[in-house]
Amino acid sequence: MSFSFNEENLVKIEELKKRYPSPNALNLPCLWMAQYQEGYISIDAIDEIARIIHMPSMEVYRVATFYTMFHLEPQDKLIVDVCKTLSCKLCGSDEILNHLQNKDVRVRHVECLGSCGTAPVMQINDEYYENLDTKKVDEILGEML
Amino acid sequence: MRDCRLVSRKFDIKNSFKIDIAKEHGAYKTLDKAYALKPLEIVEIIKESNLRGKGGGGASAGDKWALMPQESDKPSFLAVNCDESEPGTFKDRQIISKDPHLLIEGILITCHAIKAKHAYIYIRGEYKQYQDILQTAIDEAYSDGLLRECDITIHRGAGAYICGEKSALLESMEGKRGHPRLKPKQKEPEWFFDNPTLVNNVETIASVPFIVQNGAQAYRDFGTEQSPGTLLFAMSGHVQNPGVYEAEFGTSMMEYINHFGDGVKNGKKLKAVIPGGVSCGVLTADECENLTLDYEALRSIGSSLGTGGMILMDEDTDMVEALKNILEFYHEESCGQCTPCREGTGWSDKIVAKILAKKGTKEDIDKLFDLADVMNGKTICVFAPSVSVVIVSFITKFRDEFEAIL
Repeated sequence: MSFSFNEENLVKIEELKKRYPSPNALNLPCLWMAQYQEGYISIDAIDEIARIIHMPSMEVYRVATFYTMFHLEPQDKLIVDVCKTLSCKLCGSDEILNHLQNKDVRVRHVECLGSCGTAPVMQINDEYYENLDTKKVDEILGEML
Repeated sequence: MRDCRLVSRKFDIKNSFKIDIAKEHGAYKTLDKAYALKPLEIVEIIKESNLRGKGGGGASAGDKWALMPQESDKPSFLAVNCDESEPGTFKDRQIISKDPHLLIEGILITCHAIKAKHAYIYIRGEYKQYQDILQTAIDEAYSDGLLRECDITIHRGAGAYICGEKSALLESMEGKRGHPRLKPKQKEPEWFFDNPTLVNNVETIASVPFIVQNGAQAYRDFGTEQSPGTLLFAMSGHVQNPGVYEAEFGTSMMEYINHFGDGVKNGKKLKAVIPGGVSCGVLTADECENLTLDYEALRSIGSSLGTGGMILMDEDTDMVEALKNILEFYHEESCGQCTPCREGTGWSDKIVAKILAKKGTKEDIDKLFDLADVMNGKTICVFAPSVSVVIVSFITKFRDEFEAIL
C-alpha cells in the first residue's frame, strides 16, 4: 500500500521546489499530483508528501480535508459537481439537480463555480458545462457513462 | 454609453490568447516604456491614477504598492489573486482566457515597480481549463524571452472561497489551510514566508499597462473623481443577456443593465439587484432607479460596489429562498476559525430554513437580527460582517415576504 510519486511527478516536484522560498508551499501542488496519479489521496500519499515538503503528516492531512476538491477516498462513480449558488439557482439549477437524481453518478451540490453568466453550470473532470438544460445534461452524460 | 474598453480591448479578437495575435494588437508594447522608468516613478503613476483594487475592496492600489520596500535584504513577491469565487463574479476568467498576455504584461510592470523577481498567480482549483490557457500563455512568454527578469508561477487552489481573502490566499500558498490572518496595527505589506508581498486582483494588474502607457490622467478621464477608470462589470441571474461588459465607474446602473443586458429576462419587472457579488447588501428596484455604479454611490445607500458582478432578480423571485441560498453558501464556505462566523452562518441558515418551512415566528426574525449583530465586527476577516449586511438588508427591505409566511 505504499505510495510513491511517478517519475514525471518527481521531476515536476524538483522543478517546483526551485520556484518557492520554502518546500512547504508544495503542499497543494503535491496533493493535486497525488490525486491525479491515484484518483484520490491516500494516507500513504499524505505521509509521502509530508516527507517531501518537510511538514508533519497531520498538517498535510489537515490541509487535505480543508479543501473541497480533494478526495480522500477512492471514487467509484463519475462525480458531477452542480453549482447551486444564487445565479445558477435563479436560472434553473434545481431542475438540473432533480434530473440528475436518477443517474448513476455521484452528484455534489457545490458552491459558486464562477460561471454565473452561463448558468446553470456543472463541472465534470475539470471541465465546465454551461447553459445547461436537462436535454444537454443527457447528451453530456450519454457520452461519458 | 461611452465605449471604454481598457482591459477588454482584445476580448473580441479571435485567438487573442496566443502571443502572436496579442502582439499584433499591441501586447507588451508598454514594457519598453515601463523598464525605462524607475520603479518608484511607476508607483507614483499608479498612485496618481488612483487605480482602485478591482477584487472587491476598492482600496488604492498605489498605496498598497508604496508599502513594498524598495531596498530590502529579503526578496519581494507579487501574488495575483485569481481565486474569483464571489457569487456573481466571473470577470477574471475572461481576462485569463481571452487576453492572458495583458495580465502577464501587467505582472511584469508591477514586478518592476515593486522590485519583485517572482510572481505567483493563485487560481481557484475549479478553473483548470482557464488555468491551462494561462499556463500556455506563460510558456509562450518564457519562450519569447519576456520573463528573463521575473518568473511567473501558477499556484492552484482546491476549492475554498475564503482563499480569495488576501491573507488566507497567502496561508494557502504556504501550504496551509486558508485561514485569514489577524490584521497588523500599522500599514505594512502582506507576507509570504516572511517576505514582503503585494497581493492584487487579476483585473487590477491587467489595468496597469493602459495606465503606464497612457499616463495617469488618461485613466482618470474615465469614471468619477473618486472612482476613476473602468471596471469589468457583470450581470447574471434574471437578465436577458448575461455577461461581462466593461464600463466606466459612474455609469447609471439601469442604463448599463438595459444597454448591455437588454433588460430583465422575459420582459418581467425587476424586483431586486445584488450589486457586486452576494456579499453586498441587496437593493430594491426603486433604489436602483437613479443609482450610479461607483464605490461612493453604493456606499451612500448602505451597500457596496464589491466586484461589480450584479445579480438580477425578477418580480417572481422568492426573497426568503434567495436569502436561504446565500446563507447556505456562507455556511459551507466559512473557514471555521472564528466562532461568531462558524456558528452564526449555520444558525442563521437553519432559522431561515425554519421560516421557509412556514414554522417561523416573529422571534426568529429578531434572532436573525441578533445573529447579524454578533457576526458584525467581531471576527478576524470581513466574511462574517458581510453575512451580517446581507441578512439585515434582505429582512429590512423585504420584511413583508418574511412575515407573510410566519
